[in-house]
Amino acid sequence: MKSLVKLGTAAFLSLSAISLAAQPASAYRVFVSNEKENTITVIDSEKLEVVHTIKTGNRPRGIILANEGKWVIVCTSDDNRMQVYDSKTYEWVKDLPSGPDPELPILHTSGNPLYVSNEDDNLVTVVDIFKGTIITDIPVGVEPEGMGMSPDGKILVNTSETTNMAHFITTDGFKNVDNVLVDNRPRVAEYKSDGSEVWVSAEIGGTVTVINPEDRKVKAKINFEIQGITKDAIQPVGVRFTKDNSKAFVALGPANRVAVVDAKTYKVEKYILVGQRVWNLGMTPDFKLLFTTNGTSNDVTVIDVASEKPVKSIKTGRYPWGVVSSID
Amino acid sequence: MVRQLRPDRLPPLSLLDLPPKDDGLAGARLAIEDNNTTGRFLKQNFALELIESDNTDELVAEARKMVEGGIGFVVSDADAATQIKLADALKDLDAVVFNVSAPDENIREEDCRANLKHTAPSRAMLADALAQYLAWKRWGNWVMIIGPAPQDEALAQAYRRSAQRFGMKILEERKFKYDPGNRRSDGGFEQIQQQIPTFTQKLPPHDVMIVVDEGELFGEYFPYRTWDARPVAGTAGLFPTTWHPAIELWGGTQFQNRFKRLANRNMRPIDYNTWMAVRSIGEAATRKNSVERKPLIDYMLSPDFELAAFKGRKLTYRAWNGQLRQPLVLATGKMHVTVSPQPGFLHQYTELDTLGIDRPETKCRAYVK
Repeated sequence: MKSLVKLGTAAFLSLSAISLAAQPASAYRVFVSNEKENTITVIDSEKLEVVHTIKTGNRPRGIILANEGKWVIVCTSDDNRMQVYDSKTYEWVKDLPSGPDPELPILHTSGNPLYVSNEDDNLVTVVDIFKGTIITDIPVGVEPEGMGMSPDGKILVNTSETTNMAHFITTDGFKNVDNVLVDNRPRVAEYKSDGSEVWVSAEIGGTVTVINPEDRKVKAKINFEIQGITKDAIQPVGVRFTKDNSKAFVALGPANRVAVVDAKTYKVEKYILVGQRVWNLGMTPDFKLLFTTNGTSNDVTVIDVASEKPVKSIKTGRYPWGVVSSID
Repeated sequence: MVRQLRPDRLPPLSLLDLPPKDDGLAGARLAIEDNNTTGRFLKQNFALELIESDNTDELVAEARKMVEGGIGFVVSDADAATQIKLADALKDLDAVVFNVSAPDENIREEDCRANLKHTAPSRAMLADALAQYLAWKRWGNWVMIIGPAPQDEALAQAYRRSAQRFGMKILEERKFKYDPGNRRSDGGFEQIQQQIPTFTQKLPPHDVMIVVDEGELFGEYFPYRTWDARPVAGTAGLFPTTWHPAIELWGGTQFQNRFKRLANRNMRPIDYNTWMAVRSIGEAATRKNSVERKPLIDYMLSPDFELAAFKGRKLTYRAWNGQLRQPLVLATGKMHVTVSPQPGFLHQYTELDTLGIDRPETKCRAYVK
């Protein structure tokens, strides 16, 4: 406790450590990667305050948890690798290999391996996170980006930004079973937790395509309309479902709004005003809070999922990109 | 792809700007690769045929032969007159020509053709892009230095129109009568350093000097040499362009890298224009799941067509004259300064139509059904 009396950063750091120890069970640490600042902002989900900043490699983007929540893995795109940090101590653990310009990682449902899209060479790299080795590369379309994993762990969905397709790939043998055409510049592929649907957002196309993973047929296409905002500015990126899959939140980029969509009728119910150029979304594990990364306003908006209302904006580093919450 | 070789065209001043042998062509090659990566999943295959000549009639005759042989899409790097000849020679066939280089207004307006599309921006679009930014900066008092070539006068006319449109004032115009001579000599700057300040003396008080030199033969002499300490814009200093080799916005880095791996050089605006033309064809083929000419041509004209081209929003063709709408970059030699349309320039349908001649003003009638 003696460090409490110290001034400056040291006091700030130890304060955060103390508060972690004293947290009630519902407080999570929310990790936000800041693309332009080369940092990860750590936010306490109870206090809704920044508790720590992790200095990372260059251009941190896609960010996930791994190793039963003990690790935070972040793509440091301009270093052409991924980095692993301890989710409690925030210490650097190790680096992981990837292809050139890794963007979005996703774990197999069993926890290993990790699949990462490499934006710069039309490949998805499969990485053993414990051994730190590349298992194989899977050739996909031009500029691979979005990564979705079926809840049964059998199918990986990868979107390619210039090919405009969602590629369905088996995790056992890496066979490309189907390629579904979606609208221009697909960004995110997200499965419902029951595996019944996969939603693919198209940033330039301005739509979300709902695909039935059984037959890979397009079930629906969701369009967005906001009064006073031109169609061009409606650029869907992040997609998250509520716990019961009844609703989806869709981040709409420079429209500065998150859409709430009825995930059964595909009707847009409302638009929540957030910060500027909202891209990725992260849900706390209790599905109570949604965090949005607002790239050009350097903040995250915290949305209360039950009331569908924004509760707070929290300043992050420059150009926040990805977001993930701890599981405990 | 049709390439008009123009051996009589003088090279630009800067060694950095000398056109590479595959200028434009490399953009087509990259787009063919991109189309084929997608095509691989749809069992479509795209190939590029090249016709090159400095003789317009030869180019047109060769192109017609190829179109009769089954090719439906002609990407054309040529002057305005050749674009029109080409379009007219193909008008009874199922084919479309993409103009990737000529900025002339007339081929989009009174001389427009229903089978001629433009991925190259017009002079009016380029001038509007710059004028909007200068309006945003409130640099409303301009002087304009105009080169001796006929295309310089055409571009000056575009700047006059833009100035009026966005409330800017052109306080004085000066003709720069200049014989470029040989672009290279051992020396030269000593005299230029005397010549430009003298030439720019006694201009009315202004915010910015617009230099109009489409051939890039003398404009680069102006920045840092003017009598008054004022910024230069237009074809030198801050210039409007479709593409810049330093753009990393909107996922552009990967696109630049792919190009560099293919061509071993930076991507130039004409490469980008050509890439957009060939990608338009690929995009139509993907969406229609067809390689038949007619449905693809019709689809490209329909409101459903949209192209993703690393500009942060979808690009579409203007239904009244076949011009591709696109944000334009304002840049210096090193990197971009901003992108137009500027915030606050609103439009009833799309802000992109605040750049260039809009539907109510168009003189093009070829698309009227």
